[in-house]
Amino acid sequence: MTSSHSNILYRWPTDDLLCWLLRGLAAIAGLVVVFIVVFLIAETLPVLSHVGLERFFTDPSWHPAEGFYNLTPMLWGTLFTMAGSVLIATPLGILSAIFCHYYAPPILTRPYRRLIELLAGIPSVVYGFWGLVVLVPLIGEIHPPGPSLLSGILILTIMILPTIALMADASLANVPQHYLRGAAALGLPRWATIRGVVFPTAKSGLFTGVILETGRAIGETMAILMVCGNVVQTPSSFFDPIRTLTANIALEMSYALGDHRAALFVSGLVLMTMIAALTMAAEWISRGRIYG
Amino acid sequence: MRPADVHTKPHPLYPTDEQPSAAVPAPLIHVNNLSLHYGDRPAFQDVTLSIGPGGITALVGPSGCGKTSFLTALNRLTDLIPGCRVTGEIRIENLDVLAPQTDVIRLRRLVGMIFQKPNPFPLSIQNNLSFPLREHGLRDPVQIAHTTETVLQGVGLWDEVKDRLDSPALALSGGQQQRLCIARALALSPAVLLMDEPCSALDPLSSGLVEDLIVNLRGRYMVVIVTHNLAQARRIADAAAFFWVQDGTGRLIETGTARQLFEAPRDALTAAYISGMRG
Amino acid sequence: MAEASSPTHQAREWLASILVWGTAALVTATFCWLLGDIVWHGLSHLSWTFLTTSPESAGRRGGIGPILVSTLLILGVCLTVSLPIGVGTAILLAEFTSDHSLFGRMTRRSLDVLAGVPSIVFGLFGNAFFCKTLGLGFSILSGGLTLACMVLPILIRSTEEGFRAVPANYRLSAAALGLSRTTTLVHLLLPAAVPGLLVGLILGIGRAIAETAALIFTSGYVDRMPESLLDSGRALSIHIFDLSMNVSGGDANAYASTLVLVILLLAINGTAAWLAERGLHRRIVTV
Repeated sequence: MTSSHSNILYRWPTDDLLCWLLRGLAAIAGLVVVFIVVFLIAETLPVLSHVGLERFFTDPSWHPAEGFYNLTPMLWGTLFTMAGSVLIATPLGILSAIFCHYYAPPILTRPYRRLIELLAGIPSVVYGFWGLVVLVPLIGEIHPPGPSLLSGILILTIMILPTIALMADASLANVPQHYLRGAAALGLPRWATIRGVVFPTAKSGLFTGVILETGRAIGETMAILMVCGNVVQTPSSFFDPIRTLTANIALEMSYALGDHRAALFVSGLVLMTMIAALTMAAEWISRGRIYG
Repeated sequence: MRPADVHTKPHPLYPTDEQPSAAVPAPLIHVNNLSLHYGDRPAFQDVTLSIGPGGITALVGPSGCGKTSFLTALNRLTDLIPGCRVTGEIRIENLDVLAPQTDVIRLRRLVGMIFQKPNPFPLSIQNNLSFPLREHGLRDPVQIAHTTETVLQGVGLWDEVKDRLDSPALALSGGQQQRLCIARALALSPAVLLMDEPCSALDPLSSGLVEDLIVNLRGRYMVVIVTHNLAQARRIADAAAFFWVQDGTGRLIETGTARQLFEAPRDALTAAYISGMRG
Repeated sequence: MAEASSPTHQAREWLASILVWGTAALVTATFCWLLGDIVWHGLSHLSWTFLTTSPESAGRRGGIGPILVSTLLILGVCLTVSLPIGVGTAILLAEFTSDHSLFGRMTRRSLDVLAGVPSIVFGLFGNAFFCKTLGLGFSILSGGLTLACMVLPILIRSTEEGFRAVPANYRLSAAALGLSRTTTLVHLLLPAAVPGLLVGLILGIGRAIAETAALIFTSGYVDRMPESLLDSGRALSIHIFDLSMNVSGGDANAYASTLVLVILLLAINGTAAWLAERGLHRRIVTV
């Protein structure tokens, strides 16, 4: 009926061509991270060769002009803000997604989801600005000075919450409807269904969400830079101003030269290492959980 | 009789009563020593079988005996399943199905397939039919419209949908969707139609309609149908092949005309399975 | 049944409801506060003149015309580069590679790492690679390319999810009809994967516009009107940062700029959502 011999001759090369094109594009995408690591290392080599890695943790202080490169206070700053915000944002984000799927009346579902989507897209600099003009003065009234670890944690929480909420939302949406109908048929109440059926099914998606938000918390720069006070010190209370690794780079990169510049690349490398460790840990744990 | 004896002598399966034996053409599908593995797990092994044109051949047997896998090997849908390995030989007309240089697209036009669950594309009814036609090089809108009408009439769907060809195919009922899928396959005028339990996901009424339709296809297409419904197989099939699980893998136990296989099975396993259905 | 309706279980159900509703209320309230504050303070300074004139006195007075242009140029460069690479990679990972193939696994692994790379590290990389090594200097091109690297994982991840959400029987039935993979991809899978692609696009644009840290050392601070892609251009987010942190008395204009940024994002999100609904509907009825 339809003679498509010519089509056939023409079509197979198309499939092959497409496949090779896609492979090329994917290779570029895959190589970006390699490039990043290579360039970070290349930029840090000078300082690592004549200062050495251990001095970044043992020097008396961070005074790059005088040749002191202690990164530990900034490392603590990063870890504290990250831990605090992830601890608060994870339950809030997951509950948010659960609200959308299982609790919200249909009329609220869409607006609420839109709200979260909108928030996921709001620039960190906006959060930072709001934190600077609203949150910081508020905290300053409770316990001066205001710019502090606490304000950093709070701002970061608000920022990463949409990330986990959207990821959780997506993975809840992937829970097959017939599981839910099955649970309903067994007469399971709502929370029991969520705990017993939804969480186990959506586990890996939720976990990815947590990893993503943790990464975002570690890497966040601007908002933190704007609300944390940027004093290089290991905080002793929630109200102490701090400086994170990321803020340090942003603050000093514009005038750093030579060893100082390389030292900032070292902090970049430290950040990368943290992220890589996080990714690997995530993979390890999720593999154990999913297949174990 | 041991299954091995069956394998050594493939039984050509000819349409039974209606056709005079003198006019019997050569078998269309030759399967020789065919095995299929998913990774290390065999789905079926050493199947040797010939199927003649024009009739309806039913593949029967319990779940997990490799009937569906066998069907998907015939049009190389197995290519799409990661880790799936097919060995042996399949010939359809003059085409060496498993040869790497075989044009899969030509093969799949020659061998249409209907799935257990109706699977129309998320397009309009019209486009479900015309999109594959266009992709196979039919550009003339008049001809496309003609083919659409012919195949829809062929599956008895024309009167039901002629006024709403532009509405989404997914809005049709399950039975209508399945008939649309059959029409979609027929539009490409295949020689062989593979059907994987085409009625089992449908309600009895739709199932009956589709079954009538399959009977109507007899003589014009060669139909190979997998079914769990032995009563249905008896009603519609000209020839039948019985699969069974032995040592964790599917085996072809017995082939023959439908009448012979259902009324006077030669193999004890077949007899037990058939009588189980009776009892 | 008896167990499910016991007092402890009922209490747990109750507590869960309160927690879930409480969270939703808290989240909504916080965001209303944030948006309300910005709209309230920003609206009074927002005008057509503000959008079109150049900043004066380090941004205390004047508008944000050149800054808007730079922002859009940076975003344009970013999407032009990242969309084809991202969608292509997603298609490869979802449709053309098995989950076990080495290439697929390596690509996926490296994208997972890339997704977590802090934006400031992208800034360092962009500065070292695009500005210094490639010699593009502080420019819109450097900034856009840096952002392109950054949004890739987001784009790829959700596009891939979109493709994976397409029912497997589309592929099987298309193959059974003898359609080539290219055809199947273009006519069936791509339309069905559009929601995932758009979510990726929205998140990607959001992240690109939101980005400040990666741009400070790549596209630079210059607030003049850019004349080419090789000029330095100040992105809107950097402008806000600079006004609020480094320019005393810049708060009013910072508020207005923030409002512009938020409105811009609203518009982008809205357009994408609208496109998704309309485009999808059209795709379902015709090829």
